Amino acid sequence: MHKLIVAAAAALTVLGGAASAQESIKIGYIDPLSGGGASVGEGGLKTFQYLADELNAKGGILGHKVEIVPLDNKTNPQESLVQAQKAVDAGVRYITQGNGSSVGAALEDFVTKNNSRNPGKEVLYFNYAAVDPSMTNEKCSYWHFRWDANSDIKMEALTNYMKGQPTIKKVYLINMDYSFGQSVRVAARKMLGEKRPDIQVVGDELHPMLKVTDFSPYIAKIKASGADTVVTGNWGQDFALLLKAAADAGLKVNWYTYYAGGAGGPTAIKQTGLENQVFQISEGVPNSGNKAAMDFEKDFRAKTGISVWYPRAVNEMRMFKAAAEKANSIDPVKVAAALEGMKFEVFDGGEGFIRKDDHQFFQPIYISSFGSLADKAKEPFDEENTGWGWHIVSKIDTEQTMLPTTCNMKRP
Amino acid sequence: MAELIVISTLNGVLYGMLLFLLSSGLTVIFSMMGVLNFAHASFYMLGAFFGYQLTRWIGFWPALVLAPLLVGAVGMAVERYGLRNTHKHGHVAELLLTFGLAFAIEEIVSMIWGKSPVDYRVPAVLDFPAFTVFSTNYPAYKIFMLVVSVVIFIALLVTLKRTRVGLIVQAALTHPSMVGHLGHNVGRVFMLVFGVGSALAGLAGVIAGPSLVTQSDMAAFLGPILFVVIVFGGLGSLPGAFIASLLIGLIQTFAVALNGSLASVFGPLDPSLGASPLTDIWNVTIAQIAPILPYLLLVLVLIFRPMGLLGTRES
Repeated sequence: MHKLIVAAAAALTVLGGAASAQESIKIGYIDPLSGGGASVGEGGLKTFQYLADELNAKGGILGHKVEIVPLDNKTNPQESLVQAQKAVDAGVRYITQGNGSSVGAALEDFVTKNNSRNPGKEVLYFNYAAVDPSMTNEKCSYWHFRWDANSDIKMEALTNYMKGQPTIKKVYLINMDYSFGQSVRVAARKMLGEKRPDIQVVGDELHPMLKVTDFSPYIAKIKASGADTVVTGNWGQDFALLLKAAADAGLKVNWYTYYAGGAGGPTAIKQTGLENQVFQISEGVPNSGNKAAMDFEKDFRAKTGISVWYPRAVNEMRMFKAAAEKANSIDPVKVAAALEGMKFEVFDGGEGFIRKDDHQFFQPIYISSFGSLADKAKEPFDEENTGWGWHIVSKIDTEQTMLPTTCNMKRP
Repeated sequence: MAELIVISTLNGVLYGMLLFLLSSGLTVIFSMMGVLNFAHASFYMLGAFFGYQLTRWIGFWPALVLAPLLVGAVGMAVERYGLRNTHKHGHVAELLLTFGLAFAIEEIVSMIWGKSPVDYRVPAVLDFPAFTVFSTNYPAYKIFMLVVSVVIFIALLVTLKRTRVGLIVQAALTHPSMVGHLGHNVGRVFMLVFGVGSALAGLAGVIAGPSLVTQSDMAAFLGPILFVVIVFGGLGSLPGAFIASLLIGLIQTFAVALNGSLASVFGPLDPSLGASPLTDIWNVTIAQIAPILPYLLLVLVLIFRPMGLLGTRES
């Protein structure tokens, strides 16, 4: 028995030594893997695992393997902090998160504090989808990088498109009751008021986040308001169930959305029968016509069974590699310095860059509508086997997405 | 406006009837055994998952019958081998048992079926709009849910009021020891009542699963509301549970439909005051506080009428 323990200890030492020689880069993926956000959280996890495999197949980053560490935060800020601390204690130096700006703000604060208290053990936060503008404005942090266009940028583009749609007369806003949903409603009211003062906002709803399982009372209210258009930042289950209830009630309106493409969304839209009446704003579209992106999409779908919801995650991981190679180091401090101001050819083509002032990534964004696909050769990708897919109706170039920032960046 | 009222009433009644399917079992179990069954909503979840699984294997209609029976069997086993053994250690032990059971069931369900929602769909024969009120469709499946709950309600009422079994159950509700002295096997009555209560919760799960979302945290969502219903209605009172279920269903649905806030009644606050917690309270709409209204009701009932609407006992 005693000998066995000694042997085991020796073996562990040897293994430990071998591992540290080519230490892997652990990326803590802190997102919902249970509860109402799980459907999108699991999709995100598959995406990052696929991207890590892609990097590892080509030798990893500077010879280090990339490993994704899944951590379930139940879309809860407190739970996220526990998971983040757990990850950091286990040697994770990079965390990535996307679902929920409430969580995002907590993590941003966490890395800032952690890095000032533990010099030499800095942690970087790569944000792929938490889009509350405050995270790159008044609450900005040097240790946070955001690859998704923030909510105001998206609303700016969306309202620019809506401006040219004379059929829009009455708009209903419905959003999730937390920082992001509130920023959507405020931006929508302000920007619509400036660009189309004739549009009447007939409803402005906030509902509990990821807790509503039957949206029919809300749909009845939208119907009663006489709205012809709904603007919503809902995501995940809150989008899919909202549209499902709309389909059941036969609500016929135009939908301007941020995240219609996520899990369950396309199926619900098909059920409503609203062809080309649901619009989404995103930084990429499966049928973009970009050959490299479409080849990626094909392989990604074959391996994961879902569509590429997050072209921004592809940009994030590829830029991480590029930045580490530029810095010739996987040390977070050096990678952060290399990322600042970095230019990059984005997933769907065109140039994007990280603005040094606030660590927001700027890139071309697209407005697309959902409907049947006429030319299967040009547009091969449908969504969730509905036979319908996304068509680009408008492209916004990088320069036109740049909104000013109030960030007063504190550099180490 | 009329449209909103009609649709909200339908939705509210439907939600209320679902709550009743659950709370009826819970309230009867409580008044009989003195145990607040924390795992009751878990039986509802089990019903939904059994319904989903059986639907995939043998179709929706057989599942509609079999899944509640299975859940009822699980419930009886829990009573026979769990609660009956802990009974001698007092109510706290029983309470803790059901409390632990709720967590255990949730974990087991997420181990078997995963943590994200399962694809439990409305059966194709019921997937059409039943009727149209003022251009809003009302899904046939919801009507089906309503019919099932009403039928169960009537069956329950008839059983309790018009049959010998019902007589014994009613007697056991108020005078359990007397019923035992009269030679009835009170243990078996308890087991059956627990089984039927769980089966009703299971049935609610089977029919609610496709319409609401079937996932491993659905019990945690519904559990607290159930306690509100039975406390509000009066512990142990079936008519009380019925009225409370409908009221809470309607209140929650109509609250969503209302936009009123303090600001809309008394006018907006002077902007010179700036943003403060007061402005938040001033501007919050009834729709936004809809989810907490039942709990507010619970607190008020406990303060002003501790026995609930139709309850008779103080305990």
